[in-house]
This record gives sequence, C-alpha cells and structure tokens, in this order.
Amino acid sequence: MGDKRRVVITGMGAVTPLGVGALPLYERWAAGVVGIEDGMGACRSFDPAEHLSLKEARRMDRFSQLGVVASDEALAHAGWNDEKPYDPFRISTILATGIGGISTVETNHDVMRQKGANRISPLGIPMYMPNAGAAAISMRHGLQGQSFGIVSACTSGAHAIGLAARMIQYGDADAVVAGGAEATLTEFGFACFRAVQALSEKGISRPFDVQRDGFVMGEGAGVLVLEEAEAAKARGANIFGEIAGYGSTSDAGHLTAPDPTGRPAATALTLAMHDAGVTPGEISYVNAHGTSTELNDASETLALKLALGEYAYKIPISSTKSTIGHLLGAAGAVEAIATLQALNAGVVPPTLGLEVPGEGLDLDYVPGQSREMVMVADGAPVALSNSFAFGGHNVGLVIKGHG
Amino acid sequence: MSVTKEQVQERVVEALASFGPDADTITSSATFEELDIDSLDLVELAQIVEDEYGVVLKGEDMKELNTVGDVVELISTRAA
Repeated sequence: MGDKRRVVITGMGAVTPLGVGALPLYERWAAGVVGIEDGMGACRSFDPAEHLSLKEARRMDRFSQLGVVASDEALAHAGWNDEKPYDPFRISTILATGIGGISTVETNHDVMRQKGANRISPLGIPMYMPNAGAAAISMRHGLQGQSFGIVSACTSGAHAIGLAARMIQYGDADAVVAGGAEATLTEFGFACFRAVQALSEKGISRPFDVQRDGFVMGEGAGVLVLEEAEAAKARGANIFGEIAGYGSTSDAGHLTAPDPTGRPAATALTLAMHDAGVTPGEISYVNAHGTSTELNDASETLALKLALGEYAYKIPISSTKSTIGHLLGAAGAVEAIATLQALNAGVVPPTLGLEVPGEGLDLDYVPGQSREMVMVADGAPVALSNSFAFGGHNVGLVIKGHG
Repeated sequence: MSVTKEQVQERVVEALASFGPDADTITSSATFEELDIDSLDLVELAQIVEDEYGVVLKGEDMKELNTVGDVVELISTRAA
C-alpha cells in the first residue's frame, strides 16, 4: 500500500428488486429469496412518491430517481444528515449508468412522431443524459466537488467505485458519493437486449448452471459513501469497510463476447489484488460477475483460475445476479454493497438456481444456501468483486470488511 | 372561438400545479420565483398553451412575465 491514502466505506444505500434499502438486499439474498418475477428484476416496492416531491420526481428519469433514493440512504447511513463533514468542494459525486434515461428517450420519441418535433419536452435532454443521476445527487445534497457519470455498460458501477477511490487516494477529494443506477425495463430495452441474444428466454437467472441461457435484466441503484480513512476516523464515523484495491483492463477484442481465454479479465483482478497488497490466499470470498450467460460464466471461471491459481478452487464464489438479475450499470455498485455486508456478517450468500454446473465450471459456486464464511487470514476479511462488460471492459475491486 | 380570462386562468393553474406547486398557492399575484417555476417549466407551459389556444409564446415573451397574472393576461389578449 505504501503511503497511499486509504479509502473507507462509511455509508451504503440501495434500491433493488429485493426492496428499498441496502439491508434487504443482503438479508433476503442470504435467506435464499429470488427477487426476479416474470422474467425481470423490477424494483416493485419502489414508489417515487414516497421519497420525492412531485417536482423532483417529474424532473428525473427512473434511473436518477433510483440513484437519488439510494444516495439518501447512503448519506443518512454515513451520518451526514445535517451538516456535511467536509468542505462541499472536497466532496465529489459519481453516479454511473450503462444506458441512462432510456424511458425518457422513448417517451419523447413517441411525442415527436405523434405531435411533432416542437412538442418534445424541455426536460427530455436534462432527464435522459447519462450524467443526470450524478447531477441530481450533487444538487440534492449540495456536493460541489467534481461530479459526473461513468459509462462502461456492465462495469459502470465498479468503475465508479474504483475511480472514486482514486480521487480520494490522489487527494482530489476527501469524500466521494459513488455508485451506479439503471432503469431499462422498457419495451425498447427488452427488445434491444433480446436482439443481441443476451437475455434468458426462460427468464431464469442460474449462473454457472448447465441450463443457463442468458441473463435476466434487472433495475436498481447502489450508492456508497467513501471517505479518506484518517478524516473519517477523526470525525468518529462508523467504518464498515474499505475499498482496498482497484484494477481495470480491456479485452480489445469482440464488441460483446468476452475474451474466451479470460486473460484480460484475470489481469484486471490481479491488478486489483496488487493494488490492495493482498494475495489470493488472503481472499475469503469472490462476488462473481456471474451473469448466467453461456460465455461470461465460462470465461469468468477461466479468469478466476488465472488470477487466483490453486486458490480459485478453495475460495467460495457466488453471484448476486442469481437473486436480482443483471442491473447493468448499477450491478458493480449494488454487488459491492452486497459483498461488504456478506463480509461483515461472515456469511457467503448462495448462487441461487444453480443445480448442475456447466461443463468446465468446476469451482465452488456455493449452490443451494448460504454458508458461514471461513476467514482465511487474520485482520479485516477480504473479498474480490468482479465486473465485466459489453465492449470488453473488465474491473476487479478488492473490498475489505471491518477489522 | 372566444375564451374567457377565467378559463385561461383555470387552465394555467392546472398546468402549473402539474409541475409541482400546490394549486392553492397559484394565485394571480404569485410570482414564478415564489412558485419555484423556472424556465424549463415555462417552456412546458408554452407548449400546453399553444396546443390549447393556438397562442405561440416565444422565449422573449416569457422573459417579460413574472407572475401567474402576467401569463394569463398575455394569453387572454392574444387568444381574443
């Protein structure tokens, strides 16, 4: 680690198909609940009117609404309810999304076809731009450090957390509100993902299973409050864990298919472990990308073997997508939150729906039910959280629980 | 087709209320600033007004307007 500033997690917020809140995400997953219904992971218990005024709600696309509500929870969790603990110009905001405000695009495109181009809402652009969620969080909480969206398909949320950590380490920020949000459960969204043959026709998420036939699309948001460790301690913050390492690479190969060797993905994971100063033997849990697609689950397995060596066969590996589906640009952030809670509970939640592993998938994917997490090293427990994306983007995050 | 000022007032209040403020705060003398109605809301209002009364409100028209009464007056005059 050298003299790098350390980045601790002091707040978490989530809205997922398992409910509004970070706790139901972890608790219900660990209890074996599947949040997928009718072939999609919708946030059925999310009602914008419970959290936002009419004016706020009608000026945000659903992806921003989900992100803002997750940020409210994260900031409250961090104890930032009243005055911010840092100069507002030292607090940054990153809200990633894979797609942005697609339902706003669809609505306004319909208006253009039906009533003419001059009837498009002036709120169209400010609602569908992919940075709209970051802007909404910055405005809502008065965060005046740098703010922007990050776009890298299904690694967006993980990139947001990794780059937020870098901002703090470099000294550009003392705290960053970082995460991802996605809301693409629309007719057009389904049609597009169906066209690229990525979706499960049966509507079942069963990562690593021999019968897996694609991912199940979900929606939601996850937001973390990250703070520089010494500043967080000085203000007496509750410290839930640490973003200890970040690594990212690109396949520079196919537009949608992952590199079949898993090598570029493995390099991202190795870089993340080097960044954290941990070795595979110190990792107690891997939160897989585990999409339930034929290609990902095979190449991810190879990547884990390359990155972890013999430990790939010993470390329990499970996929959050088995309970909530694939939250695209929110996935990396939501899964980081689930990972942290699993570490702190000392529980490995299961890969639900996994009955018979596919050919060559011979790692411990934790089928069935939760089990106790065996902490393989002293000190704060360590996990690896994987994210891979269309476009060939790969991200590894090393997350530590509380010590 | 003639339209009364009262009808315009009623429609404008309904439109503005759909943007956020409580209907009972939208009086003739209420300013857009007080109602937290900004330039984006006024563009939406202009679209509704054009659909409803065929009155085109341009950006320069809107800049002169400060209160609900101002916009009702302008629409009523032009629609007459």
